Amino acid sequence: MSSEAVQEYTVAQGRAKSFYTRYERKDELQHQTHYCPGCGHGTVHKMLAHAIDELGVQDRTILIAPVGCAVFTYYYFDVGNVQAAHGRAPAVATAMKRSRPESIVISYQGDGDLSAIGAAEILHAANRGENISVIFVNNAIYSMTGGQAAPTTLIGQKSTTTPEGRSAMTEGYPLHVSELLATLEAPVYMERVGLGDNKQIAQATRAVRRAVENQTRGLGFSMVEVLSPCPTIWKMNPIDAQRWVRDVMEKTFPLGVFRDRTKETAPRHALRPAPALDAIPRLLGLAEEDLPADHAHTVARHREIDLQVRIAGFGGQGVLLLGEVLAEAGLDAGLEVSWLPSYGPEMRSGTSNCHVRLSSQPVDSPLVTVPSVLVAMNEPSLRKFDLTVRSGGWVIYNGDTFPADCMRDGVHVLALPFTRLAAELGDPRAANMVMLGALLEIDGVLPRASIEAALGRLVKNPRWIELDERALARGRELFKESLRQGSWAKESRAEA
Amino acid sequence: MVEGNKIEAKKLDRGWLRIDGEECKGCGLCIEACPPKVIAMREELNPYGYRTAIYAGAGCTGCGVCFMVCPEPGAITVFRAVVRRVEGSGHANAGVEEAISCASN
Repeated sequence: MSSEAVQEYTVAQGRAKSFYTRYERKDELQHQTHYCPGCGHGTVHKMLAHAIDELGVQDRTILIAPVGCAVFTYYYFDVGNVQAAHGRAPAVATAMKRSRPESIVISYQGDGDLSAIGAAEILHAANRGENISVIFVNNAIYSMTGGQAAPTTLIGQKSTTTPEGRSAMTEGYPLHVSELLATLEAPVYMERVGLGDNKQIAQATRAVRRAVENQTRGLGFSMVEVLSPCPTIWKMNPIDAQRWVRDVMEKTFPLGVFRDRTKETAPRHALRPAPALDAIPRLLGLAEEDLPADHAHTVARHREIDLQVRIAGFGGQGVLLLGEVLAEAGLDAGLEVSWLPSYGPEMRSGTSNCHVRLSSQPVDSPLVTVPSVLVAMNEPSLRKFDLTVRSGGWVIYNGDTFPADCMRDGVHVLALPFTRLAAELGDPRAANMVMLGALLEIDGVLPRASIEAALGRLVKNPRWIELDERALARGRELFKESLRQGSWAKESRAEA
Repeated sequence: MVEGNKIEAKKLDRGWLRIDGEECKGCGLCIEACPPKVIAMREELNPYGYRTAIYAGAGCTGCGVCFMVCPEPGAITVFRAVVRRVEGSGHANAGVEEAISCASN
């Protein structure tokens, strides 16, 4: 058989498959990236896209876009994309990788994003050895915002915020992120590369590919720092900017491998997945019957309900529990509720108060600044919040006598020695429930079954449930008695 | 385009470049990087106001360095000449491809 040789051209290098062919960010110029001529981002994007192509992981790659010039990576990369808040890309990448372990998660960040506002996130993601790949593009300046100094700005480098050049005395020294992270135990691969000339770019291409490949092998945290030109903000032409990377930046940020444990590292075990929602009650030790049923005892909506309660006392008096039972009961009754505690660091003594809202409408703010009911478990708490109670509202006060100077027109008062009354029931600590019993009578909105259900969920000890139920009943009684005796009647003189 | 076209001439350049005049922003990095110096800057502006890079038309070795340094995803496409050996007639697809350039620049 005869054979003949034919010469022809085939594509050796061209647009990576992982790039879109059209960028839908704008109506016009859909074939151009938004980067300036000569910007290093485009070059790094290409390295990344080709690495994704070569490793065959396009369909399972999730790229986390940063804040900065590279914010629009999702318009360019035909992969899964998430855009993170400034500096938070490693945290988002962590969540992505853990919830979708089969994904290849790449955090792409600039130096303003990663080394300044996101310094904590990258440090801890690296320290946890998250199996993600981080591409850190370092151009020694905040470019998108117009050239402010970054932690990576070189000594003497001028920027809009260091017009005389960066000074170590006032702005500190350039932050060597790769060296810093290389002191940690967990990272497996960390290399600094540059875009300063052909040779450096070739090395950078290999490094970016390795960082992604390490993840496909399950090895752990890999980061490539790329010294990248920013001709526009550096005020240079692209060729000079490329030289500046090589001749100037590299002096401060030496290139090289700072960590390579890829050979000796075994693939990380798959993390145990986070518990599913329905497994959480069991983990918290809650029995099935303790869970709030939907609108178990829904109250009739014959009127608008907007109960705003402030409960205050010393820590340890059960202030927060009182509020919790109230809110939980509201939830059980199908109301919108909020419970907002406010307390000092002390577990006992110290002042403590909480805001509770029960409403038939969605609660707009959990703050109760003008309560309809104030539950004051001692005199200092009364004096602190007395003046905030709205006209027509109630003050339930734990004390033998209500301080005369706290009397106000238009505010009802129920003042009883609740602590002593609770002690008569068996334990002075049940005073909060006696007061709650009285409070429930005032408003009368919550069905008794809801209170019982709430108590059952929040109080574990059967002895206490029994005591609390008696205390609540006692509170209801006391309120009705006081109504009959008129002892509370500090009615508004204006109304009279 | 040249892709896929069988070219009868016996001596082809080892490489060939296609530069997209609409995607190129004229940064000039490819001109600086090109080892055989076969890329130039076009004098006239493209519709978006950039001067763009242009292949001189001959002398490309297919090394791909210009592609590597170019910041635009698809502004440059690098072709390499291959020899396709066609066994007899009717078996055109059974040919063996053999790169005649190995991008050693």
